[in-house]
Amino acid sequence: MTSTHTNKRNPNSRAILIVAIATAIDLLMSILMAHWSYSWFPVQASAAAPYVDQLFSIETGIGTFIFLGCTGVMGWVILFNRAPKYDEEDGDPIEGNIKLEIIWTIIPLLVVFAIAAYSIKVNETLSTLGPKQKYRLSDNPSAITSVDRTSIIGPIQVIARQWNWEFVYPDGVRSSELHLPVNQRVNLKLISEDVLHSFFVPAFRLKQDIIPGSVISYSLTPTREGRYRLRDAMFSGAYFSQNQTDVIVESEKSYSDWLTFSGEQPLQPGLNPSQPLYARRLEKGDKGWATVSPAPAPLVNDPGDPSASHEA
Amino acid sequence: MSTSNYDPRILKAPHPVPGAPDNWKRFFSFNTDAKVIGIQYIVSALFFLLVGGLLAMVIRGELITPPADLVDPTVYNGLNTMHGTVMLFLFLFPILNGFNNLLIPTMIGAPDMAFPKLNAAAFWLVPVFATILMASFFVPGGPASSGWWSYPPMSLQNPLGRFINGEMLWITAVALSGISSIFGAINFVTTIIRMRAPGMGFFRMPIYVWTAWAAQTIQLLALPVLTGGAIMLLFDLSFGTTFYRPEGGGDPVLYQHFFWFYSHPAVYVLVLPIFGIFSEIFPVYSRKPLFGYKVVALASFAITALSLIVWVHHMFYSGTPQWMRNLFMVTTMLIAVPTGIKVFAWIGTLWRGKLRLSTPMLFCLGGLFNFIFAGITGIMLATVPIDVHVGNTYFVVAHFHYVIFNTICFGVFAGIYHWFPKFTGRMYYEGLGKIHFVLTFIGATLNFLPLHWAGLLGMPRRVASYDPEFAIWNVIASIGAFILGVASIPFILNMISSWARGPKAPPNPWKAIGLEWLLPSPPPAENFEDDIPTVINGPYGYGLNKPLVEDEEYYIKRAQEA
Ligand code: HEM
Ligand SMILES: [Cu+2]
Repeated sequence: MTSTHTNKRNPNSRAILIVAIATAIDLLMSILMAHWSYSWFPVQASAAAPYVDQLFSIETGIGTFIFLGCTGVMGWVILFNRAPKYDEEDGDPIEGNIKLEIIWTIIPLLVVFAIAAYSIKVNETLSTLGPKQKYRLSDNPSAITSVDRTSIIGPIQVIARQWNWEFVYPDGVRSSELHLPVNQRVNLKLISEDVLHSFFVPAFRLKQDIIPGSVISYSLTPTREGRYRLRDAMFSGAYFSQNQTDVIVESEKSYSDWLTFSGEQPLQPGLNPSQPLYARRLEKGDKGWATVSPAPAPLVNDPGDPSASHEA
Repeated sequence: MSTSNYDPRILKAPHPVPGAPDNWKRFFSFNTDAKVIGIQYIVSALFFLLVGGLLAMVIRGELITPPADLVDPTVYNGLNTMHGTVMLFLFLFPILNGFNNLLIPTMIGAPDMAFPKLNAAAFWLVPVFATILMASFFVPGGPASSGWWSYPPMSLQNPLGRFINGEMLWITAVALSGISSIFGAINFVTTIIRMRAPGMGFFRMPIYVWTAWAAQTIQLLALPVLTGGAIMLLFDLSFGTTFYRPEGGGDPVLYQHFFWFYSHPAVYVLVLPIFGIFSEIFPVYSRKPLFGYKVVALASFAITALSLIVWVHHMFYSGTPQWMRNLFMVTTMLIAVPTGIKVFAWIGTLWRGKLRLSTPMLFCLGGLFNFIFAGITGIMLATVPIDVHVGNTYFVVAHFHYVIFNTICFGVFAGIYHWFPKFTGRMYYEGLGKIHFVLTFIGATLNFLPLHWAGLLGMPRRVASYDPEFAIWNVIASIGAFILGVASIPFILNMISSWARGPKAPPNPWKAIGLEWLLPSPPPAENFEDDIPTVINGPYGYGLNKPLVEDEEYYIKRAQEA
């Protein structure tokens, strides 16, 4: 037990100093990471985004503190507690420490409860998810009315297919891209006619699965003008990764101009990104593994602009 | 090598003895010896690790550039589905059952499993469902391609309309795997409860045995739900029922509940034994008792209980009502508490130890390092507003690979190296082992760390192509994956050459405490036979100078003479 003796000779104050310095460094790093974490996200374009980024930042901070704390101790023992080559002795036979064990049960418990309580509050503030109503696939889902009284715009029908998107506005305008006015709460009716899909706009930090046989009412508030990616996030088969379109958040004026203008346009085939790939596959002799064929392009007033570049 | 330097007891053993006649043939028979079955499981599982790894190389090859240019997207989806399925059902579950077979009887001083025939039947189901799964590559239309979750209604689409199709074979294989696992679980649990050496009360059992018990309890409780759900899926697919088909009034989300009610706990079936391996290995190579043994043991069952009530965290964005999301967020976060207890206990074990950084210890340290990270991203995913953004993106892929590969596989490798001498009777080469560790750690970090950022930026999982802004993270990940491929070379070389011609292993090369280390290497067929030691102390008495069993010197001598 030579090591214990050498350790005992050192005054306790040295140990305290080392721990204090290490904790300070750990704390500093955690704060830095918490700030840095904001830069890992796309731009914030909805009311939900600041909450998500803030929660993530808090957890990055706490997580960094725990991670560096634990791995710091591991690094310390790897550096300073290695057995010399021919040292066959055992280490200190410590079997446990009730006080420590209670501390490291209670503290994580309090931390996770605090995080959970705050998250529940955020959930309630955003309250994006409205009622989910079942219907028969043979019926017309647009007949299902679910008005979200807190929303100003909508309901806009969001129809997901294998593999394209279609948006139908209350006045009947149909579009391949989702236009929304900035800073107004909008209600969406999420509809799928085939398999599961998911409405995911990273810049909004929002995602909601779309379930065939149900109409899901979903509300959100865009807060920043721009063109953002809308991605299908629930695996939906062969051309799943092509199932993307854009959300265009614009001023109230350009939004209503767009609605009026589009209402005057004739119906024409909209975006159907998997179609050219599927056509090429057929040309090459339909090789590869089996897939259902893509749904035909929806007929829309605004076919969108697939070449426009998105911000996030 | 001549056989004369082996004890006749060992030569009678049906499991392999270096140089013994007909050594390898034993592995290809319906053998009921737990040690043969253990090695059968481990070797076949490692074979499927290579198969699954090969599929991963194709996946990462496709994803190294944004467009889908290497294989057709349908092929990508099939390979992706099969990668997950092979890794879980043909590599991880079998290899852990291999460990159970080798370690449970020897650690508790039992001669064999409680039901040796059932045990062999459980193993031989593996090649059966493996063949079914591999055959699905060759049926018209290709293998299942709806992801390892196999969510309806897409999994029911059956584009070619044939009765025999990839999806149908997939469901059959998964159901058979479930039956095999239930056979295994019945055996392991019974063996642990009924066949411990005299004196080995529950609180003298090694933690590995505790964790195996906790894990196999999950199998018994939750697996029937998945099997039921899978049979309903098969009926919908093949016999026209509409449990999950919306057009017939069915509910696709019902399947998600069945699936995750088992598949969440399943991740704890996988990780609990790894917690066991960590708890065995840290004390040996730190030369210290396990910190807080009793609490660590009980935390295993706390995890079992909690793991059964958190499954909805996989469905936060499936239309789950708010109250349910809140409830399951809280239960999910609670699981961090017993998990944290274990992590802190391992660190407490290392503290002021006498560390020896041999290969098993390196893999455990690396695994623990990665696991702390994975636990933190787990809490992030449990936070509903965060999960609503990163759910179903590469952030989830990164999280679970940090657990499944960077923790669980690290633990598996640690276990293989640590117990290699015990069950093969040969020493492995330390140098190759260290190379294996370094390459694996670098490869795994490069592969899975960057994916977190891809996910935060909004890259969905399971895509065959992606927008160019995600390219950088994917290039790094693919390079990491290829390094992992290279890392398998020193491992394979080490295993084959050490087993064939490594130096002969003494009974207890690591000076470890435990019943298995009181046996000769490799142990005779019935372990202690009718001379089972009486356990008089707890399992981790490093530095305490308390013998593990009565007449310890006698058993040590006996093992050395063998
Ligand atoms: C602190 C502990 C942990 C927490 C709080 C946690 C939380 C979560 C959550 C909330 C998800 C769902 C994410 C989503 O799909 O949106 C998830 C996914 C996953 N976790 Fe963990 N996790 C933890 C530890 C583990 C462990 C120990 C394992 C493995 C043994 C594991 C394996 C997985 C797997 C495989 C998935 C993804 C399955 C899939 O979607 O294909 N996690 N985790
Ligand atoms: Cu889970």
